[in-house]
Amino acid sequence: MSHVKKTFQPRSSRSLSSSAWINVLYVPALLLFVVFIFYPFYKGIQVSFTNWDGYSQESKWLGLDNYRRLFTDPDISNVIKNTFIYGLGSALLQNIIGLAYALFLNQHIKMKGLTRTIIYMPAIISPLIMGYIWYFFFQYNGGAINDIVLLFAKDPVNLLGSPGVNVWIITFVNTYQYLGIAMVIFLAGLQVIPKDYYEAAKIDGAHAFSRFQHITWPLLAPAVTISIVLNVIGGLKLFDVITAMTNSGPGYASASLSTLMYQLYFGRQDAGYAAAVGNLMFVIISVISLAVLFYLRRREVEPS
Amino acid sequence: MKNRLGWKEGAAVVFCLIHIIPFYILFTSSFKAIDDFSSKWMAPGYFYLDNFVNAWKEAQLGRALMNNVLITVCAGILIVLLGSIASYPLSRRKTALNRTVYSIFVSALIVPPLTILVPLYKFMVEIGGMNQYWGIILLHVTFSLPMTIFLYTGFISSIPQELDEAAMMDGAGRFVLFYKILLPLLKPATATVIILTCVNIWNDYQFSVFFLQKPEIRTITVALSGFFSQYNNNIGWVAAGSFMAAIPITLVYLFLQRYFIQGLSAGAVKG
Repeated sequence: MSHVKKTFQPRSSRSLSSSAWINVLYVPALLLFVVFIFYPFYKGIQVSFTNWDGYSQESKWLGLDNYRRLFTDPDISNVIKNTFIYGLGSALLQNIIGLAYALFLNQHIKMKGLTRTIIYMPAIISPLIMGYIWYFFFQYNGGAINDIVLLFAKDPVNLLGSPGVNVWIITFVNTYQYLGIAMVIFLAGLQVIPKDYYEAAKIDGAHAFSRFQHITWPLLAPAVTISIVLNVIGGLKLFDVITAMTNSGPGYASASLSTLMYQLYFGRQDAGYAAAVGNLMFVIISVISLAVLFYLRRREVEPS
Repeated sequence: MKNRLGWKEGAAVVFCLIHIIPFYILFTSSFKAIDDFSSKWMAPGYFYLDNFVNAWKEAQLGRALMNNVLITVCAGILIVLLGSIASYPLSRRKTALNRTVYSIFVSALIVPPLTILVPLYKFMVEIGGMNQYWGIILLHVTFSLPMTIFLYTGFISSIPQELDEAAMMDGAGRFVLFYKILLPLLKPATATVIILTCVNIWNDYQFSVFFLQKPEIRTITVALSGFFSQYNNNIGWVAAGSFMAAIPITLVYLFLQRYFIQGLSAGAVKG
């Protein structure tokens, strides 16, 4: 993070900065942005005001009807609730467990490296494949969980088919997969806390918990911010794991905004409405992540 | 350091085991014959490879693997090239214009590209980019650029500007300066960028499933999801397919894990 500060130092030479032509170097990147992000984004706002079906040439202007539909759609409130559980629920769990692992591994332990490697491993595997792996666990017929359940009960439990339960199972899978990233961010954060702080606190007779409360936690604040924001964004746009484990079912019981949009577009040829859902998702994700970011950044500066 | 293993080592072993369980279940499922209904917790007592052979053939994983390699490598090269040159003026010339351009690039980090799926799909159909390597490659490059530019700009800003000036004094042109002097210094940032973006591209499903629908251009995840919906009942096949699909990146990770963990967390910590 140190280099970020340096960029604001006064410039030592004017000659280098006077040559505006080097700006052409970012033109290719900007061009890609305009073509594949800005233009579609602008088009998406247009499409969301129509009843376009996704393939025909014609579409009718509907005005705000698609957005009005968002408020009356019986599925949407549950889908938004799910999206929040995926986003905020897994962010919370990932960070609590990730922090616990980081504190644990930040000690002298043999096989520290191995443990870190194993806990981190799921993060590099495709979330779709991770979804399938956990599907083998939770599936109704012959799933690994039900093999255990059947030892104690007569009937298997339908975990993935129960609305409410499956949402938390998916949240759990997302947590399992990415808590390694939170752990590594916290481990890096712990490395930079000077050891003498702890020594001094020990001499003053501070207990382990009060050392954590007064030294570790405040000094870990930047790492907490980054880790939470990353996980919130990742959870709010969750798509692959849901598709793999429940295909947003039963009905829309475990759908998130991203899988709902997919099904509206490709399943129900309701492209205009799907575009409106996409725009809603855009607003929700940017507002929430920015709010979380600003809130946590403010907390960093405040003395605790 | 004590020689004895204490409770901490014991706890570490337990954590490792808990985290390995899913992989163990994947392993037992993929080696079991279709008529073997024994618990997934039990390892098969025999050696059986048919699931792998069938999954490889039916899901056309060989072809999918080639597509994955091609798309990831081409996108990776373009990302490093376009991202590094774009970051040079953004970190060396901090005019109002360039600050704005930088904010535009970086703000895209927050917003997932999936939100513009509908119009993007329409646009890709219009320009003939569906089921084309160049189509998906350009999409991956575009959506990886925010992170790439963010990392490179930060890194270039940490290289003293005096270095540029000294080189220019010696008569080096801007491009010579960039490729001969800066690019070699950027190696750590480049390693981070490659790992961060290529893991995402290799694993991508949410874009590939829309834009790569023809069987001959499908990537591993798309092939696997098609395979899964077709052979939902045959868990052995799906498990073997997932197993094979996860192997390449897991091996790369195990060999280069130090760089992976550093790289992936560097991307985060520099936020």
